[in-house]
Amino acid sequence: MPSLPGMTTTTDTPRREYVDGATAIVRGAIDAGCTFFAGYPITPASGILMAMMRELPKVGGVAMQGEDEIASIGMCLGATMTGARAMTATSGPGISLYSENIGMAIMGEVPLVIVDVQRLGPATGGATTVAQGDVQFVRWGTAGGYPVIVLAPSSVPEAYSLTVKAFELAERFRCPVFLLTDKEIAMTLSAVDVDHYPDVGVIGRTEKDSGLPYSWEPPDGVEPIRRYGSGDAFRFTGSTHDEGGYITKNPAKVGALNEHLIAKIVDHRDKIEMVDADLEVGARTLVLSYGVTAGAARAAVRRLREEGTPVSGVVVQSLWPMPETALGAAFEGVDRIVIPELNMGLYRREIERISGGREIIGVNRIDGQLTTVDEVVEAVR
Amino acid sequence: MSAITITPISTFRTEDPYPFCPGCGHGPILDRLNEAMIKLDLDPAKVVIVSDIGCSGLSDQYFVTSAFHGLHGRSTTYATGIKLANPDLDVVVIMGDGGTGIGGTHLISAARRNIGITVIVMNNLNFGMTGGQHSTTTPEGGITSTTPLGNLEHPLDICATVGVNGAAYVYRGTSFDRDLADRIAAGMTKPGFALLDVWDLCTAYYVRSNKFTRAGMEDSMRSWGMEPGLLYDRVTTEYAKGYRAAHAAIGGTPTMSARPVPVGFEAMLDRPMSLVVASSAGGKIRSASRLIALGGIRSGLWAAQRDDYPVTVKSGHSVSELWLAPEEMPLTAVTRPDVLAIISVDGYGKAGPYLAAMTADDLVLTIPEYADLETTAQVRVIDPKSAEKRIPKTSMGLVYLAAALAITGPYPLDALRAAAGEGSFSEINLEAVETGAILSE
Repeated sequence: MPSLPGMTTTTDTPRREYVDGATAIVRGAIDAGCTFFAGYPITPASGILMAMMRELPKVGGVAMQGEDEIASIGMCLGATMTGARAMTATSGPGISLYSENIGMAIMGEVPLVIVDVQRLGPATGGATTVAQGDVQFVRWGTAGGYPVIVLAPSSVPEAYSLTVKAFELAERFRCPVFLLTDKEIAMTLSAVDVDHYPDVGVIGRTEKDSGLPYSWEPPDGVEPIRRYGSGDAFRFTGSTHDEGGYITKNPAKVGALNEHLIAKIVDHRDKIEMVDADLEVGARTLVLSYGVTAGAARAAVRRLREEGTPVSGVVVQSLWPMPETALGAAFEGVDRIVIPELNMGLYRREIERISGGREIIGVNRIDGQLTTVDEVVEAVR
Repeated sequence: MSAITITPISTFRTEDPYPFCPGCGHGPILDRLNEAMIKLDLDPAKVVIVSDIGCSGLSDQYFVTSAFHGLHGRSTTYATGIKLANPDLDVVVIMGDGGTGIGGTHLISAARRNIGITVIVMNNLNFGMTGGQHSTTTPEGGITSTTPLGNLEHPLDICATVGVNGAAYVYRGTSFDRDLADRIAAGMTKPGFALLDVWDLCTAYYVRSNKFTRAGMEDSMRSWGMEPGLLYDRVTTEYAKGYRAAHAAIGGTPTMSARPVPVGFEAMLDRPMSLVVASSAGGKIRSASRLIALGGIRSGLWAAQRDDYPVTVKSGHSVSELWLAPEEMPLTAVTRPDVLAIISVDGYGKAGPYLAAMTADDLVLTIPEYADLETTAQVRVIDPKSAEKRIPKTSMGLVYLAAALAITGPYPLDALRAAAGEGSFSEINLEAVETGAILSE
């Protein structure tokens, strides 16, 4: 079990429920203070939409089934600028349609949680088939190449806690935060110790009622957000703008805005970094995984140790920005890094970039099947 | 103490002049919007102008109200989100005919919902900002930079489109209409979705390429079958308010909070055990697997089930992989099941890789059709016809899994009975458990 902030472990009497990741995501969102959801039906993300339509009105929120994915994320942006805490959920084909509005959320600095329940692509691909093919897509999924934050749960309790974390980071950095999950994490039922969920409160929002809606001084700072209908009038735009939200081509203003959009996230990577490191002293091999593939990775590490093979494991929970400090620590003393992924090495290429010449071994599948424990064990041996 | 006098705001305009071309109709339309807001004595801080892309998208910058300048064609979606989050705001969308075309589905949906926003379409029959290309409203035969020989497409009737789909208030006119401010004000006060299709002259392109004039525009409307005037005026329930009213009764606590499964039995299992049931969709395989898991949890075990099925709902295969374990384990695929139950043709089609990995320690339960299947595992045929009563298709999964439990004994059958005894299908499920127990003997 990964250790997450606030996680408690009392297991005298088993208090277990049988639950899927989609339910955990919905609960996490509502507990974090989500008040608005809009989505369009798509396997394997529909469970989140249906639960939100049913549950959100009970806490005074609004849940909408949009006429398409573009409308769904658009409604979320409008609602957020009117004070709502918004989330949307889709799968790869829907992220394609979200693309332009993801850029809108980056440019307008809109806190928004976007759940991507990955399925096998490209195109319609395999609707009920697991994959991890969107790991670069969500990072680079809109024009301009600006940073986004991406969290990836590897279990039901993490689906809950990282959803809460996504809301926290979205508010902290006024940006879209992806929860990158997949068909198996969202739909697989598993027994979960109910005491393993962290206690969370509603995530606060720093607002202001007057003054300029934007500021990039200091460049890595985040200005309190405005809300339509509260205080005096203000402007919001997806165009390159000045601090007042007026369109500008002034190079000094343009440069300051765009550098701010990068700095506010990149300069605060230390506040975003999250990994579940299970390091063994003397191990020369590290198994690095994320999301659903962490299941086979954790099981392989357990089995190898039982067999007497020293091995370390690290599960990356914050995929973007890359947790380079935490990974650097995990790489200490390691010669080889084994990386199982349900794609042909999309995150591996990032690890290669920072691995200092260590041997990198990919364990890859794109046939819709999960990586097996045997495959990871073999790669380590 | 001095008397307070409230003076209606004299203008919603900033002091900046409009950026539009000489003779363009956009400025006059915005002046009419300004007059409408003055007439309605609105609070500029409670008005949000949502603008689209194109020349019309510049509009919001010339007002002292709040503004949301969005993506091309999507202005209606932002406006919908704003109105849903705060129904007390006055939300005005300003878009061109370009935005109407690319965002047509949003307009139709906003009309059907009757979300309480007012859309003003500055319809100048072409794309004025990007070089005079044709739009969805360019008349047939119209010359534009992308229809040099004349437009071959039929123009979109915006008003009819939103009108037949439920819009509360639909008006068509031109930027020259003397009563346009009143029409806009009427749209803004109308509960539900309002749209004003306001034709105007693009002096940079359409006017130049087509010798188009004010008179020509007004004549053309009628000759193309697009009558001006108030076209739809309906009494509707505004969506954001309707949504709140509809949900007021169900307020309270979400029903999704974690409810622990009661533990009252003791498991015999001392290592992880995997069961796979391979069958057909519509056989309640996932539900059966879930009951086995719940029985395990009632016995203090951990459990997880990974289901596999095609996109079809009631046809094709349905396979459920189930883990029972004395200790918590990470989610993994079952590669070599301890028990595999094959109970349909579809299921048999998916059993190959499991069968290939199984050994003499493992058990296959199968329907008689596959009695001779090739495997090194032990094979046990269970004939559903030998049951006292005919087993419904939807109970087969639970019958075979109950038999598997009875044979392998990871936890007491009474724990499964306790799990099966809950819920609206308890009678059927309890019967399936008993049938499975008998057939396992």
